[in-house]
Order: sequence, then C-alpha cells, then structure tokens
Amino acid sequence: MSTPFPRRFSARTRAALAVEKLASSASRQLGRGSGEMIGGKLALRVSPEILSEVAAGQLVACVSGTNGKTTTTRLLARALGTLGPVRSNSGGANMAAGVLAALSKPPYDAAAALEVDEIWLPKVARQIQPRAVILLNISRDQLDRSNETRRIASLWRDLGAELPGATAIANADDPLVAWAAAGWSNQVWVSAGQNWTADAMVCPQCASLLHRNATGWWCGCGLARPEPLVSVTGPHELLWFGRHLTASIDLPGRVNLGNAAMAAAAAKLFGVEVEQALAAMTGLEDVQGRYQEVELGDSGTRGRLLLAKNPAGWVEMMELLNSTPTRPVIVDFNAQTADGRDPSWIWDVPFERLRGRRVLVTGGRKEDMSVRLAYAEIPHTVHPDAESAAAVLDEKIVDVVANYTAFRDILGRVAPVRTNS
Amino acid sequence: MSRESATRIALIYPELLGTYGDGGNATVLAQRLRWRGLPAEVIGVPAGEPVPAGCDIYLLGGGEDEPQVLAAEGLRRNSAIAHAVAQGAAVLAVCAGYQVIGASFPAGEGRIHDGLGLVDVETRRSFEQPVPPRAVGDIVVEPVPELELPLLLGYENHGGRTRALPNGHGRPLGIVRKGVGNGTPDHTDGVVDGRVIGTYLHGPVLAQNPALADLLLSWVHGWLPELAGPPETEVLRQARLHALDVHA
Ligand SMILES: [Zn+2]
Repeated sequence: MSTPFPRRFSARTRAALAVEKLASSASRQLGRGSGEMIGGKLALRVSPEILSEVAAGQLVACVSGTNGKTTTTRLLARALGTLGPVRSNSGGANMAAGVLAALSKPPYDAAAALEVDEIWLPKVARQIQPRAVILLNISRDQLDRSNETRRIASLWRDLGAELPGATAIANADDPLVAWAAAGWSNQVWVSAGQNWTADAMVCPQCASLLHRNATGWWCGCGLARPEPLVSVTGPHELLWFGRHLTASIDLPGRVNLGNAAMAAAAAKLFGVEVEQALAAMTGLEDVQGRYQEVELGDSGTRGRLLLAKNPAGWVEMMELLNSTPTRPVIVDFNAQTADGRDPSWIWDVPFERLRGRRVLVTGGRKEDMSVRLAYAEIPHTVHPDAESAAAVLDEKIVDVVANYTAFRDILGRVAPVRTNS
Repeated sequence: MSRESATRIALIYPELLGTYGDGGNATVLAQRLRWRGLPAEVIGVPAGEPVPAGCDIYLLGGGEDEPQVLAAEGLRRNSAIAHAVAQGAAVLAVCAGYQVIGASFPAGEGRIHDGLGLVDVETRRSFEQPVPPRAVGDIVVEPVPELELPLLLGYENHGGRTRALPNGHGRPLGIVRKGVGNGTPDHTDGVVDGRVIGTYLHGPVLAQNPALADLLLSWVHGWLPELAGPPETEVLRQARLHALDVHA
C-alpha cells in the first residue's frame, strides 16, 4: 500500500505519519478530543526527528511567550493566509506533539504558523528551523511548574546560536526577551508594551537592578531597550518602519494590537505587506472562545469570556474591563495542575481596580479569591458556578474573567451567542 | 502599649522578594489594623534603597535565586533590620526571605552566600544524599503550643533545606502535618526567635492565617481590639482543611 505522504520523506517518517493519522482518526471516532495529542506522541516515538523532515524547506514561523501565544498565532496564520494555505496548531496544543499534528496535515508544502510552549521552544525550533520566531514576553506563570523566568530567557538566548537563518521578532519592552533575542543573528524589535514589570526588575545579563523610565529600561552593564522598528503608539496606531499608520483589528485592547504588530512584523519577512496583514486579521473576533459572547445557562444573561491566567494577564484584562461600560464581572478561579496549584499570585493583581463594579466569584478556588477581594474591600458574592452567578443578575451582558481550566470548563458548558443568524 | 502614630510596615525589596504574592502580607497587616480603627502605613522599600530604621514590622518574601542573592547583598550593607529588631520590631520572612535572614543559603550552582544572621539557621540544597526533590505543594503546620495559634495553612515551593545551627537561639515555628517545611528529620517548619519569624509557608501566609497576622501586630502594638473576620477567611480555612483532609 502506498502512503499519501511526499516521497521526499524518509520511510521512517512516512510510517510515523501513517501512525499519527491512524491514531488521530481512531481517537476522534472514540470521541476523545481531537486526537491530535496521542497521534503526535506516537509519531514522535516512531520517528524522533520527524519534525525536521516535515518542516524542511517550508515557510515556518513560531510564536512563543507567557501571554498571547494563541492569539498571536491566530493573527499570524491569518496574515500568512494571504499567500496561500497555512498549517497551524490553532487548537492550542503547543508542545512537540501538537506542533507535529499541525505539520503532519497536508498540504505538506504550505506555510505554518506554530504556537510553541516557552520551555519546548528550543527543542521544537531546533528541529523545524523556523524562518521567524515571535518572542512575545516572559513573566511568571504556573509558579509550581517553572518558577525561573530567567531560565526561560536563557534557553531562548542559547537557541539563537542554533537558528542561524532565523529572525527573532522580539518585544523590545521586555528586558528578558530583549536579552534573549540579542544573541540571535537577526532581530526585528517591536515595542509591543509591557504593563507587568514585576518579573523583569533584575538585569538578565548581570543580575543588577534595572533602571526604568517612561521610555525604556537600561542597565549599567550596557544592556538596554533596543530601538524598535515597530511600535504600538495608540489604541489604533502603529509606527511601522518609520511611518505612522492606522491599525484597527476586531480583537479588543492595546495588548492585542501589540500581538497584531508582532504577527505583522513576522508576516513581512514572508513578503506580506502590513496593510494586507492587518486587513486579514480584521474579522477575527474571538480566539478559542476568548472575547466571545456566550449564553450563561438559561438566565438570559450573555457573558463576554475573558482569559486571565497570571498577574500580567489580569492587568491586561483590567485595562480591557475599564475600557468598556461598567458591567458586572464574574471571576471564575481554579488552581488545578494546568493553572498552577499555587493560587498566591492573585495577591499580585490590583483587584482594587474593580471598585464600583458588581463582582461575583466562582470556581474551584472561589474561597481564595473571596479572601483576596475582602482585603481589597471589593464587595462580592460567591456562587457555585458562572451560570448561577449570572442567574442572580438582571443584566443583558456581563464580563466573565476566568483562568485556564475555569475558562475551558465554561466553554465546554455554554453555547455561543449567534450573532449572524 | 498603645499610641497615636501609625504602625509602620516595611515591605522589603518587593521587586526581588515578592514572587509568591508576598506583598499580600503587608496588605493583610495594614487592613487588619485599619479595620480596628488603627492607623497603618505600608512602606515599600525598593531594592537598592536603604532600609528605613524605626519600622514596626519588616516583611521579606520569596524570590528566585539571583534576586535572592542581590537582596541579601543589599540588606547586608546596612544593619537597619537588626537594629530595629533590637529595639523591638518584628520580622516575618517567607521562603527565600527566610533563607536570607539565616546564617547562609545556597544559590545558582550551589554556591553558599552569607545571610543576615538574624536567626540561627542555615540552608543548603540538602543535608542528605540523594538530594531530595524540590518541595512543592500545600503545607499544614501545627504551631508550637506557646504561640497559641491554630493550624497554619500555606503553600511551599523551595529547593533548600533549613536546619538550626548547633547551640543556636530560637525554636521551630511548628511541626509539619502535611508538606515538607524545613525538610529536616524533626519534621519542623520555620523558626521563631523573639519577634522574628521565618517560614516556608506562603499563600500569602497571613491571608490564610489571620491569627498569625494578629500575633505579629500584638507584638509591636500591644493590646488589640477584637476583630472578627473577615468571614471569608474562615470559609477559606475550612475549605482548605477539608480539601487537604487535615483535621484541626
Ligand atoms: Zn546588566
């Protein structure tokens, strides 16, 4: 039997791809999720170097960072889509198996926009040799899993030497990212913003304290914010290689315009004009349920779903919440393994900024959140789940801010609001 | 002792020693004073700035290796905390901060750094072979009876093991009921010496253990008006004890 895989692939890789296809469809039929993970894992076992073969010679870009990976990957896939078909792990499976699942789908010569976990980036990128790597930010996330932000920066910095043909699209506002990318052979510096600086107070190069002012950061050892070629200069404005342009996408908030700028800068390396890229990004209104409006049970209340899984993410969401009318907000908070089991980071979030808003709390660790809000003197009520919280409200629409597993669970229970039916 | 002036709470180097929401301890102390109608002032001490003398409570939190070394270097440059302690100030040092107030601690590739020597403990990667894994998870500590405190709840995340120096002052904060703590054969966590407390419990520890917060406050303020609550704390404590299957 001949396989449908390109002849340039080795027999081993063709066999691995066949296994992947089989496992994926079998597990799909069994109803166990998308089946991508199990298929990818098996294929990696059959052919450990498979990633280098399936990616060879293709236009591949990777996206990594603590916050914004999934969104930026979606924006990048849209921008690259102006050139032709694009493969992407749009489901958010961002370790080797998930990346492989995306690359093992035809067409095999299509471009690829790949989200890659921060710690997996070196392993994955070393094999697939991407042409562009977007380095978004590094901040603390899942304290009980990887508590050394500098270690990630160091892994990324070392990676540069192994990717001589790659360009880092790097956030100049994040000192850890800037130090990591400075060691690469090519960079495009983007000022995408950093509204969470607590994890980047110490110079990653010499371990002294960093100096900061309104326009940048620097250290006595010489490390300093690189001059960006691209900057977010307003809610709908970019400075793009020396010229000002109006930039509007449908995803809300300045943070998403920063993500879009990073994606556009990567797409430029593949020959996509910024106007084309931004036009292609417009129309993307939600990313795996983020920013989407859903029906919260049969309460008649709609919820806008917002994801905030670490302090940096929460500060971004605060900015977003405060840019819209004073809606009630449901805070849905878990501390499962995928969230990090240590909930103490909520004490780094300035919940005082929710003052004046009706706040409802739920989730597996609602009691921890409730104590945090009590000390912030934010009156709130506690509910078994988001739907029953919504049921006590007499509102058309509320904001729901959830962390990783809480968000996933809501999305699994509720139906999206149909807007264009 | 009671007085008109605000109780001054110094939050030491929050950029370096604040990894585990440790600033929350300052929030808790200040609120528990304000809710009693007593004035409180939180003084954030940025890294690199001199530590102010004359504060009532000094708080040190958790940090990664390099910030921890940097913090210890900064704090060794002046002895403001030691002087304040001699005058009756209290110290709560958590995780990396706990290691820093001891005699010495390891960082990076195992190099040993001098601590402040405020308490007679020392920290190493391990005192045994093979080196045990990082202590990560929920921790419950039964405080030594003299402190008259209920069970202490928290979360720990540290690679080091901490033991008392031979013939040193002080005693453990309590016996570990769940978790690792000091990681020594006596199953203890932390240290108490006079008004200085070191512990591996974060969470932040005072948010989950208001009685410990009030103990620190009573040390520096004297008699405190009764404060019930906030009720959310007791709900949290019951939920955690239940989830961890620990009985008070
Ligand atoms: Zn430096």
